[in-house]
Amino acid sequence: MAYDKFKVLKSTAVPMPIENVDTDQIIPARFLKAIERKGFGDNLFRDWRYNQDNTPKEHFVLNNPIYNGKILVGGKNFGSGSSREHAAWAVYDYGFRCVISSFFADIFRNNCLNIGVLPVQVSEEFLEIIFKAIEADPKTEFEINLPEQTISVLGANATESFQINTYKKENLLNGFDDIDYLLNIKDDIESFAESSPL
Amino acid sequence: MKKTLFDKVWDSHVVRKVDNGPDVLFIDRHLVHEVTSPVAFLGLKNRNIKVLYPERTFATADHNTPTINQHLPVKDPLSANQLKALEVNAKSHNIPYWGLGHEKNGIVHVIGPENGITLPGSTIVCGDSHTSTHGAFGAIAFGIGTSEVEMVLATQCIMQPKAKSMRITVTGELNEAVTPKDVVLYIISKLSTSGATGYFVEYAGDVFENMSMEGRMTVCNMSIEMGARGGMIAPDEATFAYVKGREYAPKGTEWDKAMSYWKELKTDEDAVFDKELNFNAADIEPMITYGTNPGMGVGISGGIPNAASIDGGAATYMKSLQYMDFNEGEDLLGKKIDFVFLGSCTNGRIEDFRAFAKIVKGRKKADHVTAWLVPGSHKVEEAIQQEGILDILTEAGFELREPGCSACLAMNDDKIPAGKYAVSTSNRNFEGRQGPGARTLLASPLVAAAAAVTGRVTDPRELKTLESV
Ligand code: SF4
Repeated sequence: MAYDKFKVLKSTAVPMPIENVDTDQIIPARFLKAIERKGFGDNLFRDWRYNQDNTPKEHFVLNNPIYNGKILVGGKNFGSGSSREHAAWAVYDYGFRCVISSFFADIFRNNCLNIGVLPVQVSEEFLEIIFKAIEADPKTEFEINLPEQTISVLGANATESFQINTYKKENLLNGFDDIDYLLNIKDDIESFAESSPL
Repeated sequence: MKKTLFDKVWDSHVVRKVDNGPDVLFIDRHLVHEVTSPVAFLGLKNRNIKVLYPERTFATADHNTPTINQHLPVKDPLSANQLKALEVNAKSHNIPYWGLGHEKNGIVHVIGPENGITLPGSTIVCGDSHTSTHGAFGAIAFGIGTSEVEMVLATQCIMQPKAKSMRITVTGELNEAVTPKDVVLYIISKLSTSGATGYFVEYAGDVFENMSMEGRMTVCNMSIEMGARGGMIAPDEATFAYVKGREYAPKGTEWDKAMSYWKELKTDEDAVFDKELNFNAADIEPMITYGTNPGMGVGISGGIPNAASIDGGAATYMKSLQYMDFNEGEDLLGKKIDFVFLGSCTNGRIEDFRAFAKIVKGRKKADHVTAWLVPGSHKVEEAIQQEGILDILTEAGFELREPGCSACLAMNDDKIPAGKYAVSTSNRNFEGRQGPGARTLLASPLVAAAAAVTGRVTDPRELKTLESV
């Protein structure tokens, strides 16, 4: 599925300083029954966000209008657990284009990259700086510069660079996906398959 | 260069390397289920392409299926719709489809090995993180997201960088009542849920060599819970004996050819791993979890640790205990429980039912406990009947349900009610995993059985003693 190109993102951020946020929290299994990729944002963090009677939980960060923006900042080991890409869809569909953490679970990171959400891994120290900056002023803006591979806290003179593999970076910058690439080398794949018994 | 088992299998499947990018990895077999595939099939439709190798693709319905009255139409319209979508997609792409009621139906990671789809030295993927289960056969097997499901359907390849390698060696003799589940829960409790992130794990040492194939599957299954991409165990005589004669396994000269490849599948003596960990079998007790991730486990007779003794965020730790309504320092033994779940791709195989039956035999289910016993497949169900296990269970007041993922992820009606405690043989104790507000204690089938008959967290070794008195 093609997605929007990602270059430079400037936005405020939503803080979620909790560790080990797993994909069952991001999108509980009972919301995985759709056969299309639609409407997952409504159920992002469903059980943390709503009471059982569907009224919003006052203290949850997504229900606090002070915090908004296209960046979600999570604690260490974000996205562990199930491989459900629905978790990344929910993040995207809610309006986030970037997730920041000091550590990501593998499959979640991959899923994000495959749908055009940029996972930015920062150091523990920088993550602290980000959380503090938002705490001091929820209107703090951040700049994620993909070509330069940097993340900055605007107005605070704090910048850190982040890693991303060159191939994935190109894909994101251009809005391509892996399938486009693979379909292009189909002949190679087919001759490989012939030499590979079932 | 000396190679690890992982290197050998990975390298032999690389179609090409992308400069400064991932490898293009050829996938031998792709398992598909109803939940993570519909959007992938939709993607094929939008691109106007067909599944490239339907004969390498197998579909089953398991995540979203009821575990009672499977002969009746599925009640929940959304679930029914999703199941229908898989059936239609499988038919239109000529993929074998083992839907509800089919004799080969069951949990995707149980039926793969059972039918000989899972083979040593192969690459296997599925849109489900516990695909790591198949690593028990010396395969590279891991979970993928839906974009990748589409990718494999379309091209039989995925694009991923090669993971780092880790070897976890456990040696020595296991204590009484310590099962493969305890071994893996122990390892996760030492590594935490992110301790192996970025790695592919090889399990080595006599503990794994002496394990049955079912036990190896339980261990590899939970590799993902320590963050690993997957886990694998070198194939040996036990592996070959398990695979031989199964429906999709090679036969005749094909078998001989395969065997000559499979026998090479061992880590070279001097191969170097990026990380090595060693554990002693003697240190492992029957395990149980008390928190909201699988790393929060302890020996059953140990209490709940104090926040101060835990690495990492105390706030996250306390939030987790609060969810469980547990206190620091409390004992787990004797805690009253409400539900028992025996099943899932971790512990829903015949060996697990044998273990459970061993404990409940001649005892009675505790009155206040609701027990859901869910075989991993129809073949497991059949074996339970044939081996007389069903009689033991019935006698003790238990009922058997029909195969499926069931309360492991609670997508169907099998949900543990809010606030209730469940001792579960599945793999995840995340908040709400087994139903909104459900509280899960992960354990082995023996610990689950002991809880089912006493209604409390009980050390299975105690029941054994009672028996001999
Ligand atoms: S039993 Fe649980 S872990 Fe296994 S495939 Fe089903 S949902 Fe996934």
